[in-house]
Amino acid sequence: MNKNKRGGLSRYSQLLVPLIAILVLVIFNLIRDPSFFSVGLTANNNGDPVLQGNLISILNGASELVILSMGMTLVTAACGGQDISVGALAAIAGSVFVKVLKSGGSISPLLVLGGFLMCCAVAMVFGAFNGSLVAFFNIQPMIATLILFTCGRSIAYWINGGATPTVASPIINAIGSFIPGVPIPTPILIVLLMGGLFALLFRFTTLGLYIQSVGINQSAARLNGINAVGIKLLSFVILGVCCAVAGMIGVSRLGLINHETLLINIEMDAILAVAIGGNNLGGGKFKMIGSVLGAYAIQALTITLYAMKVPSTDVKAYKAVVIVLLVVMGSPVVKEAADRVTKRIRAARRSGTEKEAA
Amino acid sequence: MKEDIVLTMRGICKIFPGVMALNDVDFTLRKGEIHALMGENGAGKSTLIKVLTGVYPKDAGEIRVDGVEEAITIRSPQEAQNYGISTVYQEISLCPNLTVAENMFIGRTKGGTVNWKAMEKRAGELLDSLGIPARPRQQLSNCSLAVQQMVAIARAVDTDCKVLILDEPTSSLDDKEVEMLFRLMRDLKARGVGIIFVTHFLEQVYEVSDRITVLRNGELVGEFEVEKLPQVQLVAMMIGRELENLSVIKKENPSAAAKKEVRYEAKQLSSTESRPFDFYIGKGEVNGFTGLLGSGRSESVRAIFGADPVTGGEVTMEGKKVRITKPLDAMKNGIGYLPEDRKRDGIIADLSVRDNIILALQVLRGMGHPISRAKAEAFADEYIKALVIKTASTETPIGSLSGGNQQKVILARWLLTHPKYLILDEPTRGIDVGTKTEIQKLVLKLAEEGMSVTFISSEIEEMLRTCSRLIVMRDRNIVGELTGDELTQSHVMHTIAGGGGESE
Repeated sequence: MNKNKRGGLSRYSQLLVPLIAILVLVIFNLIRDPSFFSVGLTANNNGDPVLQGNLISILNGASELVILSMGMTLVTAACGGQDISVGALAAIAGSVFVKVLKSGGSISPLLVLGGFLMCCAVAMVFGAFNGSLVAFFNIQPMIATLILFTCGRSIAYWINGGATPTVASPIINAIGSFIPGVPIPTPILIVLLMGGLFALLFRFTTLGLYIQSVGINQSAARLNGINAVGIKLLSFVILGVCCAVAGMIGVSRLGLINHETLLINIEMDAILAVAIGGNNLGGGKFKMIGSVLGAYAIQALTITLYAMKVPSTDVKAYKAVVIVLLVVMGSPVVKEAADRVTKRIRAARRSGTEKEAA
Repeated sequence: MKEDIVLTMRGICKIFPGVMALNDVDFTLRKGEIHALMGENGAGKSTLIKVLTGVYPKDAGEIRVDGVEEAITIRSPQEAQNYGISTVYQEISLCPNLTVAENMFIGRTKGGTVNWKAMEKRAGELLDSLGIPARPRQQLSNCSLAVQQMVAIARAVDTDCKVLILDEPTSSLDDKEVEMLFRLMRDLKARGVGIIFVTHFLEQVYEVSDRITVLRNGELVGEFEVEKLPQVQLVAMMIGRELENLSVIKKENPSAAAKKEVRYEAKQLSSTESRPFDFYIGKGEVNGFTGLLGSGRSESVRAIFGADPVTGGEVTMEGKKVRITKPLDAMKNGIGYLPEDRKRDGIIADLSVRDNIILALQVLRGMGHPISRAKAEAFADEYIKALVIKTASTETPIGSLSGGNQQKVILARWLLTHPKYLILDEPTRGIDVGTKTEIQKLVLKLAEEGMSVTFISSEIEEMLRTCSRLIVMRDRNIVGELTGDELTQSHVMHTIAGGGGESE
C-alpha cells in the first residue's frame, strides 16, 4: 500500500520543474508588488462586469499556447520530434475561418460554426500531410514540418487574396474576449473545454498507451499489433485540430486575420512548454498536464517582464535567461543527482522502519 | 616470429563489468590463409575482433604482428590499420552517396587536396585486378550489396593490408554473391593476405577456410585444420558438449496424436526474411525449431506471426484458411509471439509492468475499449503472483527489472490473451537457471492444457526436455524433422551439422 502511494507520487515528479517555475514567479511578483495577482471585477465596453488583473491576463493570454502545446505533446511523444509548422498552420486555419465568415452576408452563429468546422478540416488535412511525411516516409518531424513552416503563411496569404480582412461581429467578439454575462474570458473557457476533451479521449480510448508505446519502442509496439504508422499520423491530425482552435481564437481576439503576424514564433514556445513540462523531446512517456503548466509558466514570465516595464525588445533576452535555468533544472544530469539524493533519503528511512519492525 | 605468421595473439583477456568476455585466448594467423573464427552467440568472437582492431583495450595478453619487433598496443582502428590490420564489418560502413572511387580513398588523401584523375585511375586498376564488377565513377548505392562489400574489401586491402578481418560478410548475400565474394577471398589469399573470416554459416566455412579457431564462453576451445575437423565435432565444440558424453533423453510422448488435430498449418510460407517452408503444429503439442544462430529459425517463426512482411504461402488455423500478414492478424487468430530480442522487440522499457502486461490484450480489445485501471491492476497482480515476477509494484517501469523478470512480464502479456498457439523464441536466453526451469515447466503445463507451443532455444538440451518434435534448420532451410527416438543430442547435432546421421 505504502509502495503504491510512493509510486503514485513519483509519477508526478516531472511536474516539479514547471510547478517550481510558476511558484518562483508568483513569489517574485508578490514581493515586487503585493497587489500583482489581485483580481477585480470591472465593467467592460459593453457594461458587463468582467474579471481583470494580471492573473487573468496570464491565463487568457496563454490560451493559444496551451492548446498548441497539448497537441505538440502528442506529436513529440509518438514521433520523437516536433512540429515547427504550428504557427503557420494556425495562420492558414485562421484565414480559412475568416474566408468562410466573409462568404455569407451577415455573420450568423451557423456560419461561425461552419467556419470553425471548415478550418478544422483544412488543418487536419495539413496535419495529415505532415504526419504522412513523418509516419510513411520516416522523415524527421522537424524537417518534414519545415515545409509547411516555410510555405504556410504564403498559403494563408493566398486564401484571402493578400488582404487582411476584418470580421466585426458580436459572436466573434464573444469568442475572442467575453460572452455577455460571463465574467471569464472565453479563451480560458475554450482551454478548459479542450482539456476536458483530451481527458475524455485518454479516459475512453487507449490513445495514451498506444502513443507512449510507439514512442518508446516502435518495433515492440508493432509486434503487439499496434499500427505505429497510424498512431503517428493520428497525433499530427490531432495537432492540426489544436492549430485550428488556436487560429480561431487568435483571429477572434483581433477581429481580423493578419497572416504575417498571427501566432508568429509560437511553435518555439510550444516546444519549450513541452520540454519545461518534463516531457522527453525524444518521445515516449508524456504528461500533457506538464506541457500545460509549462505553457502557463512561459506566459507568466512574459507578463511579469512586461509588468516590470522591460522594453518589449529586451523581453526575449530576459526570457532566454530564465529558460536556460528551467531547462537545466529539468536536464537528466540534474534529475539523476536529485534521484540519488532521494534514494539515499529513502534508503535511510527504510532501514529506520525495518529497525522499528524488528 | 616465424616466417609465415602474420599475427599472433597470446593470452588475451577482456573483462567487462561482471563478465569475463575473453579469458586467456590465443589466436594465430598465417600468411595467405583463410582462418574461420567460430562460436555461438556470446562466445567472444566480436570481442576478440574489437580487441584486435583497437575498439576495446585488452586487459591482459600480447599482440604481435609481422614486421614489428616487440609486442604492440593497438589503441584505435586507425592504429590497427597502420599495422596492416583492416576490418570490413557486417554493416557496410561506406558512404552510399559517394562514388566507388571516392569511397575507396576517402580519408586517405594527403594534405586536403585530391587528384581526382589519379584517384579514379588507381581505383579502376584495383577493381580490375581484384575482378570487382564496378566502375570508379559509379555511385556506391547503385551497386549490389555484394559489390559494396567487395569495394569495402578493396579499400581495406589497398592500405598495405596484412590482416583482413571479414565480420559476417555473407549474412545478407545470396548464393551467387557469396560465390563472388569467395573468389575474391581466394584471390587475396593467393596474394598472401591473412584473412580472418567470422561467420555462422557452417557450409561456407568448410568451403573456403583453411583453419578454424573455436571459441566458447570467452575461452579458446582450440585451433583446427578444416580437413581434420568433421562438421559434427565442430558443432559439438561450439555448443559445448563432447559427443561421447551426450546423455540420451527420450521423450515419452511422441507426437503421433498431434497430427490428428492440427491447430496451425503453413504451406510454402515465406517472408522477406525467410525462405518458403512447410510447418504444422497440433493441439497441445510442443515443437521447436533448432539450428545454429542464423540458420533461419527465428525468421521462420517471425513469418508465422507476420512480424516480417509475408511474401507467400497458405495458412490454415484449425482447418480454416486465414490470412496473416501482420502481427495483429496473428493475434486475432489466437497466436502469441515472444520475440528473440527482448530489449528491441519485447519490452516497452519506460512503461510500467502493468501496462506491459495488458498491452497485447488491450490491443486485441481495440482502441475504444480501454481496460479499466482496476481491472488492469487485477490482471497484473494475478500474473505477478502466478509467474512469481519480482517487481516492487505494478507501477515499476519494466526496464528496471532483471532480464528474467522482464521475460516473465512479456510471457504474462501473451498468456493474458489466452492464445491457442504460443511462439517462444529464446525465452530463456540470458536469464538465471532457476527461472529457466520455471519457464520450461510452464511450457509443458500449458501444452497439457491444450495450448500449442513452438519453442526455440540455443540450448539443445532444453529443447529436448520440452519438445516432442524438432524441426532442424541449417543455412536458412529446413533440413530435418526429429521425433521420438531420434530426439537425442547426438542426432540433433548430426542433423544440424549435416552429412552422416541425417534423418532424411
